[in-house]
Amino acid sequence: MTKIQQAFAKGKAFIPFITCGDPDLDTTAAVVRAAAANGADLIELGIPFSDPTAEGPVIQGANLRALQGGVNTNKIFDLVRELRKDVTVPLVFMTYANVVFSYGAEKFIGTCADIGIDGLILPDIPFEEKEEFLSVCHQYDVALISLIAPTSENRIGMIAKEAEGFIYLVSSLGVTGVRSEIKTDLSAIVKVIRQYTDIPVAIGFGISNPQQAHDMAAVSDGVIVGSAIVKLIEQYGQEAPAPVGDFVRAMKEAL
Amino acid sequence: MTNPNGRFGMHGGQYIPETLMNAVIELEEAYNRYKDDPDFCRELETLFNEYANRPSRLYYAENLTAALGGARIYLKREDLNHTGAHKINNVLGQALLAKKMGKTRLIAETGAGQHGVATATAAALMGMECVVFMGEEDTKRQALNVYRMKLLGAEVVPVKSGTATLKDAVSEAMREWTKRIDDTHYCLGSVMGPHPFPTIVRDFQAVISKETKRQILEKEGRLPDAVLACVGGGSNAIGSFYHFIEDKGVRLIGCEAAGRGIDTFETAATISTGKLGIFHGMKSYFCQDDMGQIAPVYSISAGLDYPGVGPEHAYLHDIGRAEYVAVTDDEAVQAFEYLSRTEGIIPAIESAHAVAYAMKLAPTMDKDKIIVITISGRGDKDCAAIARYKGEDIYD
Repeated sequence: MTKIQQAFAKGKAFIPFITCGDPDLDTTAAVVRAAAANGADLIELGIPFSDPTAEGPVIQGANLRALQGGVNTNKIFDLVRELRKDVTVPLVFMTYANVVFSYGAEKFIGTCADIGIDGLILPDIPFEEKEEFLSVCHQYDVALISLIAPTSENRIGMIAKEAEGFIYLVSSLGVTGVRSEIKTDLSAIVKVIRQYTDIPVAIGFGISNPQQAHDMAAVSDGVIVGSAIVKLIEQYGQEAPAPVGDFVRAMKEAL
Repeated sequence: MTNPNGRFGMHGGQYIPETLMNAVIELEEAYNRYKDDPDFCRELETLFNEYANRPSRLYYAENLTAALGGARIYLKREDLNHTGAHKINNVLGQALLAKKMGKTRLIAETGAGQHGVATATAAALMGMECVVFMGEEDTKRQALNVYRMKLLGAEVVPVKSGTATLKDAVSEAMREWTKRIDDTHYCLGSVMGPHPFPTIVRDFQAVISKETKRQILEKEGRLPDAVLACVGGGSNAIGSFYHFIEDKGVRLIGCEAAGRGIDTFETAATISTGKLGIFHGMKSYFCQDDMGQIAPVYSISAGLDYPGVGPEHAYLHDIGRAEYVAVTDDEAVQAFEYLSRTEGIIPAIESAHAVAYAMKLAPTMDKDKIIVITISGRGDKDCAAIARYKGEDIYD
């Protein structure tokens, strides 16, 4: 069993997303530790990008604050090295293709393996473009996470068959951000996915409260929450670890 | 020039969220169905000729030729098109295609506002809803075009994120498209973004070089020695180059915006200063830092103020078929004034970048040589901004 799959082995998984360096890397480290201590099963670490086209205003703001604070890929690698001294939950990076490409896919993904990153999510790399990154991920045993969207329809089988780690099921059309309700028939999509693969399916985009988390977890293997956590970090700044920890515990309990 | 995956050499591709993949596949299928359909082609040609005032003139610039004292200079007058720029060529094609696909709503990004105005125009003509995303900085630089779009019935959304210019308008239009795909076509304004946009936009803009070739053969009995056009994303340039690509004797010269100079950070000259990257759906050259963060580029011209370049230009650069040169704000402004005075033609500040390079090139060429400069748009929209650049206190 891979480390990512272990995250789903203890019941429904709760996966928080945190933008690295928002507002600073020390706070990110404390927030990651608080999330892990309060039941996060896997943590998605965002490497900020200047032009995050898949993000809504909340995570766009976090990217901007982090970059203005001077964070960069190398400093985030150092952060993970530091975290890995005591944090054992699986960690995956979420960033944009250009961050990896410009660093050199080989060097970036090799470093991921070296410092204990278990997977990579690149929202601007669809199935058709994945090979360039996938071949390197295979070489270093880092899972390249596939996304499936409400519009994937006839593409679900093709993507699911080759998916690794877990499948990131996008709950709704549009960009990341809190939504009052999620209307997509996700259980139908999960059923189709299940015809092709047994790897876990986690639902993300728009989930912000325990009730939504409970409902989404009922039809999948886990939930991913980004904007709601990033909002807490925006609100509390360096004091964010405690409220994020409380939020993670409440969400995990609701699953 | 494209292979089935939308590649131009190593450039191009489809680097977009999964949410949009079926939308671009649907677009490609529709385009392949209609591009050679006689009814579609006839309908588009009628729109070009009857509505957009095509074919545009190829004008022999006698005064400019005499003043520069070298090659004979022709101007391809895209500025005389309806709405005042080459942008209408692509927009009429895409709007007609969108209509055939059953879409009822067009969204678009715009820099200088010319593509936004063209999209708003086509939407008005074809009875479609229209939303245009425009960097807030550009809404100030091009206030008149904002009003024109509103007058034509479009909603204009000022984009505040990032540098509040063209790249941010593209990002926001892409975000909007992921929110609403069913009834909405993203009418991308340049030869950029994910496949099939660079090919579709090129094909609709290729009417420029198709006409130029016929017109120059009529007037001179031979092909030109050089074709010059300005390059931001590169749609008027690729349209101007396309039918000459196989004619190896014709130099193809793209003029990028150097802003305050390619040795400064205040530049938008992608091929001169950028490096290979992946952004806005494509692999191509981009102005970026060491860690792959996209650079906040600058040019006096809102239409060229973009950190990337279309993948086919990147490819033409790689194989050495086209040359790309950088032209500064100062040079472009000087050319803007020079063409106005010598020929009585006020070019768009974008097009003035191509004129500026011609002013350097023409005097070095023999008098029997021929240069064609594409005047991609008219300069009325720029008068207030140029006046301010020159220190005059006027506001539009």
